Amino acid sequence: MPRRGRRHFLTLSSTALGGLLVYSLDRRPSRVHAQAGAVKVPLRFFTEEEALTIAAAAGRIFPNDESGPGANEAGVVIYIDRQLASAYGRDHYRYTQPPFESGVPEQGWQGKETPRELYRIGLALLAGFLSLTPAEQDARLTQMQHTPFFSLLRTHTIEGMFCDPMHGGNRDLIGWQLLGFPGPRMSYFDEIDQHYGAPFRPKPNSLAQILGHSVEPGEDRET
Amino acid sequence: MKKLPPVDVVIIGAGWTGLTMAKELATRTGLKILVLERGGPHKTRDYLDSMDELDYAVRLRMMQPIHDETVTFRHTPRDRALPVRQYGSFLPGTGVGGSGEHWSGISYRYYPHDFRRRSHIVENYGTKRVPEDCTVRDWPITYDDLEPYYARAELMMGISGKAGNLNGRKIAGGNIFEGPRRSEYPTPPMKMPHLAALFREAAQSLGYHPFPLPAATTSIPYTNPDGISRAGCSYCGYCERFGCMVGAKAQPTNTLMPVLARRPNFELRTSAHVRRIVVDGAEAQGVQYSDARGEEFLQPAGLVFLASWTINNTRLLLLSGIGEPYDPDTGRGTLGANLTHQVTIPAATVFFERPLNSFMGAGSAGVAIGDFDTLDHSQLDFLTGGALYTVCYGTRPIAYFGTLPPSFRGTSWGSVWKNAAIHYYDRTGLVRFYGEHLAYRANYMDLDPVYKDRWGDPLIRMTLDWCENERRMATYITPRAVDVARAMGAVEATPFPGLKHYDATRYQGTHVQGGTILGANKTDSVVNRYLQHWRVANLFVLGASAFPQNPSGNPTLTAVALTYRTADAVVEKFLQHPGDLAP
Repeated sequence: MPRRGRRHFLTLSSTALGGLLVYSLDRRPSRVHAQAGAVKVPLRFFTEEEALTIAAAAGRIFPNDESGPGANEAGVVIYIDRQLASAYGRDHYRYTQPPFESGVPEQGWQGKETPRELYRIGLALLAGFLSLTPAEQDARLTQMQHTPFFSLLRTHTIEGMFCDPMHGGNRDLIGWQLLGFPGPRMSYFDEIDQHYGAPFRPKPNSLAQILGHSVEPGEDRET
Repeated sequence: MKKLPPVDVVIIGAGWTGLTMAKELATRTGLKILVLERGGPHKTRDYLDSMDELDYAVRLRMMQPIHDETVTFRHTPRDRALPVRQYGSFLPGTGVGGSGEHWSGISYRYYPHDFRRRSHIVENYGTKRVPEDCTVRDWPITYDDLEPYYARAELMMGISGKAGNLNGRKIAGGNIFEGPRRSEYPTPPMKMPHLAALFREAAQSLGYHPFPLPAATTSIPYTNPDGISRAGCSYCGYCERFGCMVGAKAQPTNTLMPVLARRPNFELRTSAHVRRIVVDGAEAQGVQYSDARGEEFLQPAGLVFLASWTINNTRLLLLSGIGEPYDPDTGRGTLGANLTHQVTIPAATVFFERPLNSFMGAGSAGVAIGDFDTLDHSQLDFLTGGALYTVCYGTRPIAYFGTLPPSFRGTSWGSVWKNAAIHYYDRTGLVRFYGEHLAYRANYMDLDPVYKDRWGDPLIRMTLDWCENERRMATYITPRAVDVARAMGAVEATPFPGLKHYDATRYQGTHVQGGTILGANKTDSVVNRYLQHWRVANLFVLGASAFPQNPSGNPTLTAVALTYRTADAVVEKFLQHPGDLAP
C-alpha cells in the first residue's frame, strides 16, 4: 500500500534531469530551470531507496548508451510510481475473483498478486542492487528474468519510455525522439502516400501540446 | 424492484445492431423505443482527448471493465475452465456504440459459398471430407437474399473500396472473387500507406489479385441516405482501440445517434445493465436491469431485441432460462452451440532495410488478396480459406517496440536489444492472415459453475480449441506469406510458428460467432432466418451470435445487413401480424 507516513521524494540532480521537465506536488507537470540544482520529485508509492532501486533496474533494461538516453533520462520510475499508486496498482484492470488456480499457458496469467505486490516481491529480490557494478546488476537481472516481476518491470519500462509524458515517463519526449515517432497528430492526409522508402520525421508533440489543454491521465482518476 | 412504465420496444445494447434496429423502427414507425446500454455515453468531441496509447490501447478504456466481468475458458469439456483475468484474444467494447466505436472498420461481404458452406464442401469434395465432429452448416438465407441489405449497410456507413464483381462483370483492382454486387462502393478506396503499396506490388508480381480493404473509414467526405455527413479519414493512426476524433470512421455514435437524437419516440438509457429477459411462457414481458447505483428495475416491453456482443447474447439467454442449453455429449439443446472465432495469424513478420513511416495509418488502410478464399481443396488436407492482407493501423510505440528479426532471437533487454528495437521499430510490418473457423461439436458456451460477475451472476464458460483443419490451413498459408514478404523486399522474415491450441492471451480480433445460431428449423437452431427466437416470438437476437460458423471475413457488415433484413420483416410483417415469421 502507499505509505501514509513520511512523504518520500526522488532527488534528481539537474544533470540527470537534462534541466527540463519535472513534476510539482499537485501532480501537474511544469517546467523548471535547472539552476535549482537538485530537484525533489514527490513519490506516490515508493520510498526514495525503492525508487532508486527500480530506476537502476529499469536503467539496465533500457540503458543510457551510445544509441541515446535510457529509462532514467525518460523518468520511467516516476511513471511506474504513479501507476502503482493508482487503481491499476491494486489490480483494477484485471478480474481478481477467487479461486486462483494454475492452468495452461493459453489460459493466461492466473497469479493472485497485484502489481503492487509483485513489486514488493521484486524489491526483495533486488536487495543490495544499488551497490552492485553494472555487470553484476545485469547478472542479477538475468537470474530473475523469468519471474513475473521482471516481466512486469520490462513491460513498465517500455510503457514509461513511450507513453505520453502526462503519465510521468517519456520526459521531454525522449522516447519518441529515439524512435522518430511524432506522437499524436491531427492529420497525415497529405503525407500518408508520400515519402515511400524515405524517413518522414515530423517534430514530436505531446497530446497536451497539440490540444492546447491538458488531459487527465487515467492514473489520476478516482476509480 | 421498481416497475417502470411500459414501452413498445426495448433494445438491449447500443452497438451497431441495436442502434441500426432502433433507427429503422424509430424512423419507420411511431413505436416508443427504449435502448438500454450498460456503459456510458461516447461523443466524437471526446475522442480528441483520447489519442493516448497508454489509457486507451494498453489499459483499454473503451472495453468492458474486466474487473467486473469476464469469461472463463478451457480447451475441452474435460479441462477445468479458468477466468480470462486480463484481456487477450478479443476486446469487447462498452458504452454507446459498443465495439463499433473502437473497431478497425474492415467491412467485407461474405462470399456466396459462405452461405451454403456445408453443401459447398459436400458437392465439391463429398460428405467424407467433412470431419466427423464438425458441425458446419448452410445458412437458411443466401448471398442473393442478403445483397440488398449489404448495399444498405454499406451506404449507411459509407464504406470505401473498389468493386471486383459488378453484376457478374469482373473488375481488375477489386476482389474478383467476391459475389456479384449491384453497385460500386459508396466511396473510393483509401489512400495507400507504404507497407500496403509494397504488399500490393509483391502480390501482383506473384500472380495474385490484390484489392484495397473495404473500409468503414470513408476516404472522402460523405453524406449517407439518412442525411448524415462525415469527414474523410486523416490517417492519424489512432483508430483501432480508439474512437475517431474526426468522425471519419463509421461508428454508431456518429452515424446512427444523430438520426435517433432527433426522434421523439427514441430514448437511450446508459448505465443500464440488463441482467435478465423476463419471459412468461412463449412471450417476453420485458427486461430486468440494474443501474449505476445497483438499483433494480423491471422494464416492461412489447417487443425485445437482444443486441449485445456475441458472447453476452448467449449468456443473457442462459441466465434468463430461455431455450435449451447445448450439451456437447448428447448433442441436445441449441443455446451455446457452434462457438467459433477466426483463424487470425501474423503469417509472416517482415523486416525491411528502409523505414516505413508506419505511425501513419487507419484501422482499415490496407490491401488483401482473395486468392486463398476460393481454393480448390481436392488436393489439400484442409477445407477452408481466408485472406492474406496487410494493414497500417498506425504503429503505436508501446505495442510495437521490441519486435525483432530471427537473428536477434533470445534478446529481450539491455543495450543490444534496445539498439536493435529502435532500429526495427519503423522497419517492421506484418503479412497477416484471417481464415475461416469451422464449427465443431465440442466448441461451445455454457454457464460457468464456479466464477461469478460483480453482480453475482455466473460467468459464461467458453470451451474452444483449434482442430486439425485450422492447423493445416495455417501451415499451408505460412510459407506463402513468407514468399510475399520476400517479394516485398524483406531483409528477414519470421514465419508464424504454427497453430497449436487456442490461446486466450493472443489478440485475434473481436470476431466471435455463434451461440444463438440461425437455422431453418427449431430443432437445431436458436433463431429463425429473421433472427426471431424460435420459442419466444416477440424476442429477436441480433448480431454475429447468429452465425453458424465464421466465414473468414470480419463479421460486422454482415451483422448490420442481417439487422436491416430483420427490421424489414418486423416493420412489414410482424407488426401487422405478430407471430412466427418463419413457421
